[in-house]
Amino acid sequence: MISFSDITKWLDDTLRLFLNDGWTLLVEFVLIGIAILAAYAVLALILIYVERKVCAFFQCRIGPNRVGKWGILQSVADMIKILLKELIAIRKSDRFLFFSAMFLVIIASVCTFGALPFANGLHALDFNIGIFYLLAVSSLGIVGILLAGWASRSKYTMLGAMRSGAQLISYEISAGLSLMTIVVLAGTMQLSEIVNQQAELWFIFKGHIPAMIAFLIYIIAGHAETNRGPFDLPEAESELTAGYHTEFSGIQFGFFYLAEYLNLFIIAAIAATVFLGGWMPFQVPGWESFNIIMAYIPSWLWFFGKTFACVFLSLWVRWSFPRLRIDQLLNLEWKILMPIAIINIVLMAVWVVMW
Amino acid sequence: MESIYNKFSNLEHVQVEQAASGTVVTVAPEKLYETAIYLKNEEKYDYLFDMVGMDYGAQLGVIYYLSQSENPNHILTLKTNTAHCDKPRLFSVHDLWMSAPVFEREIYDFFGITFINNPDMRRIFLRADWNGYPLRKNYNPDPKINPISGHNEDIADMERVPSVTLNMGMEEQHIRQLFEEDEYVINFGPQHPAMHGVLHLRVSLDGEIIKKIDPNFGYIHRGVEKMCESYTYPQLLHLADRLDYLSGSMNRHAVCLCVENALQMEVPQRAQYVRTIFDELTRIASHLLGWGCMCMDMGSITAFVYGMRDREKIMDIFEETAGGRLMPSHAVIGGLACDIHPDFQKKVKEFIPYMRKMLKEHHLLFSKNPIAVGRMKNIAYLDKDKAISLGATGPTGRASNWHNDIRKITPYAAYNKVNFEEVLRPGGETYDRYYIRLDEIEQSLRIIEQLVDNIPEGSFAEKTKAVIRLPEGDFLQRVENARGQFGVHITSTGDKNPYRVHFRSPSLVLVGALKEISINVKVADLIMIGASLDYVIPCIDR
Repeated sequence: MISFSDITKWLDDTLRLFLNDGWTLLVEFVLIGIAILAAYAVLALILIYVERKVCAFFQCRIGPNRVGKWGILQSVADMIKILLKELIAIRKSDRFLFFSAMFLVIIASVCTFGALPFANGLHALDFNIGIFYLLAVSSLGIVGILLAGWASRSKYTMLGAMRSGAQLISYEISAGLSLMTIVVLAGTMQLSEIVNQQAELWFIFKGHIPAMIAFLIYIIAGHAETNRGPFDLPEAESELTAGYHTEFSGIQFGFFYLAEYLNLFIIAAIAATVFLGGWMPFQVPGWESFNIIMAYIPSWLWFFGKTFACVFLSLWVRWSFPRLRIDQLLNLEWKILMPIAIINIVLMAVWVVMW
Repeated sequence: MESIYNKFSNLEHVQVEQAASGTVVTVAPEKLYETAIYLKNEEKYDYLFDMVGMDYGAQLGVIYYLSQSENPNHILTLKTNTAHCDKPRLFSVHDLWMSAPVFEREIYDFFGITFINNPDMRRIFLRADWNGYPLRKNYNPDPKINPISGHNEDIADMERVPSVTLNMGMEEQHIRQLFEEDEYVINFGPQHPAMHGVLHLRVSLDGEIIKKIDPNFGYIHRGVEKMCESYTYPQLLHLADRLDYLSGSMNRHAVCLCVENALQMEVPQRAQYVRTIFDELTRIASHLLGWGCMCMDMGSITAFVYGMRDREKIMDIFEETAGGRLMPSHAVIGGLACDIHPDFQKKVKEFIPYMRKMLKEHHLLFSKNPIAVGRMKNIAYLDKDKAISLGATGPTGRASNWHNDIRKITPYAAYNKVNFEEVLRPGGETYDRYYIRLDEIEQSLRIIEQLVDNIPEGSFAEKTKAVIRLPEGDFLQRVENARGQFGVHITSTGDKNPYRVHFRSPSLVLVGALKEISINVKVADLIMIGASLDYVIPCIDR
């Protein structure tokens, strides 16, 4: 199987020929940073285009079709437009918090994004507490959302921020518990190790029923964490105009928008990595020739294929269901998802011990 | 009626007469309240259809149209007058009919009659600092008196609520503040993505829970009733279908019927059939939009697009025959503006099975969706008595089991020639108001199905005189539009212009219903409940 680590190793060796250790590391950090930020921006543009097209097909429309062939340059045009827009500062708002809110959201999102294993060897951050890191950093975003709502000095944004506080904190519990279920099965939190263990069989099949339940809970809770319909209460367009980011304009709003789409991608990518084997090809024990053919498909294609399948699932749900009310939302979490997740993790533990 | 005669025949301040339109009771202003109590409690006139303010020159007056929920085809006209002076006063009937306060506010705004005991005597459509009462005949429209204001209306003006009470024969003026100092008040509208127009709701919240709602109207008021007074009768039609723009055909039909009945004109059968088909197609289009908007307000945007897509088919049918889409402007006094397009019947017959198929899909997408059902069940219950008292007609009233369909009560046009069901639901909840619209679409399809093949041959319009003059008198016509009972009141002095025109808006009272049933629900539900009532703002702000 082709590994991206060959390329990175070659780069590392080449740099070390000319520079000492410290400088090499610095150059590599900068390169990785640029690569991640570039990938982040490009992915956001692709996701926005995909969402608009998919949504259009669900609604019997055509979607963007003017800018470029099939409208593929639409999101580029939108990006240029949003960059040119005036930034409006709200009178009597808390300026420092107002302007820092979007950075907190985007920083949390980029930090999570950097720790994903994109392909064989294409993995920037690989801690031994990888899953813990993902959960910890991604939950930082909520601080930004709360600040945005608070600092805008508007009653609508305030309501949106409070809703999102209640929602994100609740759903993080289920999302965390369902990921822990897989950690119990894998015996490690390191993402590369988790992916490697799925070389023969993905965890969703390996873990039998508890893993499938965990996957379902994770998809629901993760979807809720992205603040997208039917869990889009913090934004709730028809009630709160735009929720916590009502008062943001231009690229300030753009940052929230970007983070929202990337969070969608990140949630899907974590689901793909932890449950669906990450960049590992689909393998069935015993079907030798089938496995060989599958292994020929490059690893990055597997990763993005699985991730986009999860993204599509999320879009499908978003464009089909009405929004939940806040009490229904919290009931779903605290009375249904969380108890199931706790029982599920015990089940998994029992199953692992008995094996 | 006997009992009314017996009760009032020996009293000198009450006159009872039998007119073509029904019983007319004329009462002196000081006896108005007593008479109203008697009519409400003893004679069971539990439904106040409308209140019309009048300026007779020497006197100001109010006409109350009362009806009984048990005997809905009967309308009693209660008339009263008060001296035309600086401070005209009448007693309020706000505690007898829940729809009265808002009607009284409108009359106060336009005629300056203060209703004693009405707790809310703010102007309803105009700004608090407006000079004069525009529907009085001696009103001076000089822009110097009311210059265009360069500043916003002070929000404090909206919150100071004046009222007048009578204590031992002495008038007392009161002013109360609508909201306490520390209440968390949110403005919904006039610009808001879910407000379907420019309605302004001031909502007091406790967390997410609504404690008080205060609607502000008038952001799109065009003074249609005043304009009508200087228009000829054929010109009225164009204003009528721009009130509730989603029921344009029906509103126009109402004015046509009112004028035709006053002239005792016979309208050709062909025109009556086509008018009925147009009305029902408009009803389907309106319900589809109402359904879609309600789904969108609950966060399901896809449903809205589906509703719009199906509605487009109806718009195409309209366009082919009449030229107009949203407002076909097809009915005119005496018949139709033009004959139907040769393809009209074919297109309509294609549409019926298509719509039936799509209805199934709409039910599948939304009516059984657990989230949607969970949100709509057990929310905002409106009981039958309240619905009647509020005058919440149409699908809203029928979802509370109130039989109020004018098409059944006093069939007009071709409605007595078709079989259809007046859908009633006993629930009274948001879910019933949602579901009843889809059921009514099915009934409308049934009506169209029975009519479309049997459109009689013959002329499509009766010849009218070049200048139409109505005989002297008051004329009232009710029709069922997509939101409820729409009424046209015309007072004629035999001239080519009407002396007074009043439109009874079904939407205005629906906002009263919103105010009533949305207490102690969550903010998210307010929008949904508003959409389930399906009011149209330009009809409120006539």
